[in-house]
Amino acid sequence: MPINVIETRGLVKDFGDFRAVDHLDLNIEEGKITGLLGPNGAGKTTTIQMLLDIITPTEGTIKIFGKEFPRFKEQALAKMNFSSPYVSLPTNLTVIENLLTFARLYSVPNPKKKIAELADFFEIQHLLPRITMSLSTGQLTRVNLTKAFINDPKLLLLDEATASLDPDIADKTRKALKKIQSERGVSILYTSHNMVEIEELCDYVIFINKGKIREEGTAKELVEKFGHKDLNDVFITIAREED
Amino acid sequence: MSFIRIYAIIMRHLYLYKGRSLPRFLDILFWPVVTILTWGFLSLYLNDINLSNLNFVSIILGAVIFWEITQRTQQSISIYFLEDVWEKNFLNIFVTPLTLAEFFSASFILGVIKIIITCAVLFVISFFLYHFNLFMLGFTLIPYVANLFLFGVSVALFINAIILRFGTSAQVLAFGVIFIIQPISAVYYPVSALPLWIQPVSSIIPVTHVFEAMRETMQGVPFNIQSFLIATFLNIAYLLVAWLFFKHMFASVKKKGLLLKVQN
Repeated sequence: MPINVIETRGLVKDFGDFRAVDHLDLNIEEGKITGLLGPNGAGKTTTIQMLLDIITPTEGTIKIFGKEFPRFKEQALAKMNFSSPYVSLPTNLTVIENLLTFARLYSVPNPKKKIAELADFFEIQHLLPRITMSLSTGQLTRVNLTKAFINDPKLLLLDEATASLDPDIADKTRKALKKIQSERGVSILYTSHNMVEIEELCDYVIFINKGKIREEGTAKELVEKFGHKDLNDVFITIAREED
Repeated sequence: MSFIRIYAIIMRHLYLYKGRSLPRFLDILFWPVVTILTWGFLSLYLNDINLSNLNFVSIILGAVIFWEITQRTQQSISIYFLEDVWEKNFLNIFVTPLTLAEFFSASFILGVIKIIITCAVLFVISFFLYHFNLFMLGFTLIPYVANLFLFGVSVALFINAIILRFGTSAQVLAFGVIFIIQPISAVYYPVSALPLWIQPVSSIIPVTHVFEAMRETMQGVPFNIQSFLIATFLNIAYLLVAWLFFKHMFASVKKKGLLLKVQN
């Protein structure tokens, strides 16, 4: 029986009269890359932020690694990490200073060795002494991913990790992600608006709209179910559907 | 409580001083030095014209240095907090196992480091230029400085909580609020010089009791234990209230989904 690293039951988030997340029951399986998809305002970011205890849910429960969250938050967050191009690292520190800071925040033993190993993998050795503000978008994404793997996370939340990257860098980033995920068996919850990327990366896909799960399954299953040629068309159909 | 996580936050801020930020060094040294020079020369002038038998250098420079401790503590803790607001770093650090208590322990230690450096410079300048030795207060200096520091921490916590809720539009508080407190804290003059109606307000400010006691000590009166106890009691109460207020604001910001927006 598959083990779930994330389980939410009846998860609700209201902002005043607006319901951003509406009784969401998520099951994110261990060791898989799960795509969380939906149009803008579907509730993806709010859901991810509730899974990181950045937003407090209005109702419902969250279990991460089988334990109540945020009750056991400190233990859970130590085994998790997060990356988004919309959340920057301090730009006035060098890359190595930023990575050392996060290695210490995650109590990584021998942080310099860990950084060297990851810098090698993500090909950022030459960027380590540079001031973060001097990096290009592609370089920043690789630094963010290095930070995301600094604590050998068991669960990684990636919010549009390849947004604003050119196709070449995006492809390299996806391949690097896929490689490191398969080597380490990390469970990844991945949001993206790039359906080609989702088809390439994700083992399982969950579509949400208006805060509710609309469809879930493998990319292939969903394409077949809707009778479309690809996931992009499935996305458009779900995004345009009414309640 | 994890010391390595506290160390991470301390180092994150100390890295900024590693040879690439002149304004940050000026923040530690420039204004305190300008202040001590201005008041120091004024004190010498007042002594020269011999208005009374008072030693203006002792009274005014003692007050200036003591006030710098409270003001610099508050401003440094608020500015360390603002650094993470300006750098949009809150989400990054609060999705790690870092706790609020660890975050503020780091700010507290950074405040102590900054105050030690600032005070060392002020002591040296006041000693060599004006022959004023604050160490003449002896061991009484420790409880005085501790109370001045704690009050700076409480005010900083309160201001940071408001910045957390209202974002950078409230950042002006980090630089201004402490100056509202200064005129009624009996920094340069005794409480008796204040209008009668404001004296009760002055008496509930912990540093008022420190400044009153400091002036007495400089005039040869033994250490006033009662003033010390009142100041300490008030400081503990304010620190507790400010901490609870910050935690309440943090919970409120998470409930409203504003933690990411506070940075914008």
